[in-house]
Amino acid sequence: MTPLIGPHDVPYLPRGVRLQGDRVRGIRVLQAPERAMQLDQIGEAILGELDGSRSMAAIVAGLAARYQAPEEQIAGDVRDFLTGLIERRMVFVKDPT
Amino acid sequence: MKDLSHQPRDLDGNPVTPGLPMAMLAEVTHRCPLACPYCSNPVELVRAGSELSADDWGRVFREAADLGVLQVHISGGEPGARRDLAQIVAHARDAGLYVNLITSGIGITRARLEELDRAGVDHVQLSLQGIRPDMADRISGHPGSWDKKMGFAEWVAEIGFPLTINAVVHRQNMERLPDMLELAERLGARRIEVATVQFHGWADLNRKALMPTREQAVFARQIVNEGRVRLRGRMVIDYVPADHHAVYPKACMGGWGSTGLNIGPDGTVLPCHAAQSITWMRFENVRDRSLSDIWHLSDSFNAFRGTAWMPEPCQGCERKVVDFGGCRCQAMALAGDARATDPVCSKSPLHAQVVARAEADADATTTEFVYRRMNKGG
Repeated sequence: MTPLIGPHDVPYLPRGVRLQGDRVRGIRVLQAPERAMQLDQIGEAILGELDGSRSMAAIVAGLAARYQAPEEQIAGDVRDFLTGLIERRMVFVKDPT
Repeated sequence: MKDLSHQPRDLDGNPVTPGLPMAMLAEVTHRCPLACPYCSNPVELVRAGSELSADDWGRVFREAADLGVLQVHISGGEPGARRDLAQIVAHARDAGLYVNLITSGIGITRARLEELDRAGVDHVQLSLQGIRPDMADRISGHPGSWDKKMGFAEWVAEIGFPLTINAVVHRQNMERLPDMLELAERLGARRIEVATVQFHGWADLNRKALMPTREQAVFARQIVNEGRVRLRGRMVIDYVPADHHAVYPKACMGGWGSTGLNIGPDGTVLPCHAAQSITWMRFENVRDRSLSDIWHLSDSFNAFRGTAWMPEPCQGCERKVVDFGGCRCQAMALAGDARATDPVCSKSPLHAQVVARAEADADATTTEFVYRRMNKGG
């Protein structure tokens, strides 16, 4: 899978995409045009970091510190997860400004 | 054993286990300024006087959210024909639903679109009938539709809604699919839904004018596959292929009564938008019964749940949990029996006959349409 995001890109949830609790099923979902995607804990942790200002590298460093995991491993997980969502147009990226 | 009477059962009496619905189609009106000859509304249209009120819809949305529905697709007809559309949208958002607005773009002014933005529309789907004024206006039966739609698409972009283009393809426009993808990209769409006409209701009346050829079906598949690679990360292409030319049927609705439901303008609750073509089936109404009861307990929703009801060759087929025997409405239309294996399946005894008829229709030279109109008198 060719990545669609680099370390310095800033990922964000565009208009029309939002994290939401599903009170009936007791899960968290990512709501998007014609899609409701169930999130696991990892996905939720990653998307919770998207604030529209921090780069993917900064997000990875933060998650690695919080979960005391090797940065390279986190970087791969985050990059693949976000690439999948970028392909579905559920995450957008902007260049660092 | 007092619960015995509440055990949901399929049409043969086999016990079934209803799941939870994710998505609901709310057809808030059948009124529409367009007259597309493949309209997915039933041939017997519901008149304005029988439509649910906005407050009725509010109650239905709350019941739907309690039942597990996450997304509502507000459609029609043209939903903009309802003057109280913004109120309907606001009720859906208040219930916690994600709101997709499915529109022709005709009859919604810029000011109303801003009102719909404030009411909470999350996402707009705009239907396009062609890539140029002549074709778009002829297929929609509405002179001037193209210009209005292009104006509408500009407002959508200016307000900032995410946009999906809905493109229905058939024999008379399939060759322009590459241009349609380009147009959708130019309009800033995040997604395009390319759906081959499904031959129910109005479209069935227009088979000879709409049925694609086998070559066109192959061409469309190729364009979609190439487009998905080329547009990766820029625009999503969802594709409903021409199933009359397929080996296996489509998994209609992801399985009858499994994840989706449809509510008509008068409150009739259907497992799919074409279900009323199964003429012997009785459907219930949100005016009479709670949505939860209809979902869990009604004969219509339970009729084809699970796999026990399936006849051969479905019963012994490993794909029965993949495509669920195909489309019940198509079985009704083509085999005269809603329980039958979907005759577009290559394992159906009727398959050869269905293919021969599709090929004969595809060879027809007519371009004349029976347009979708309400009968006179209402």
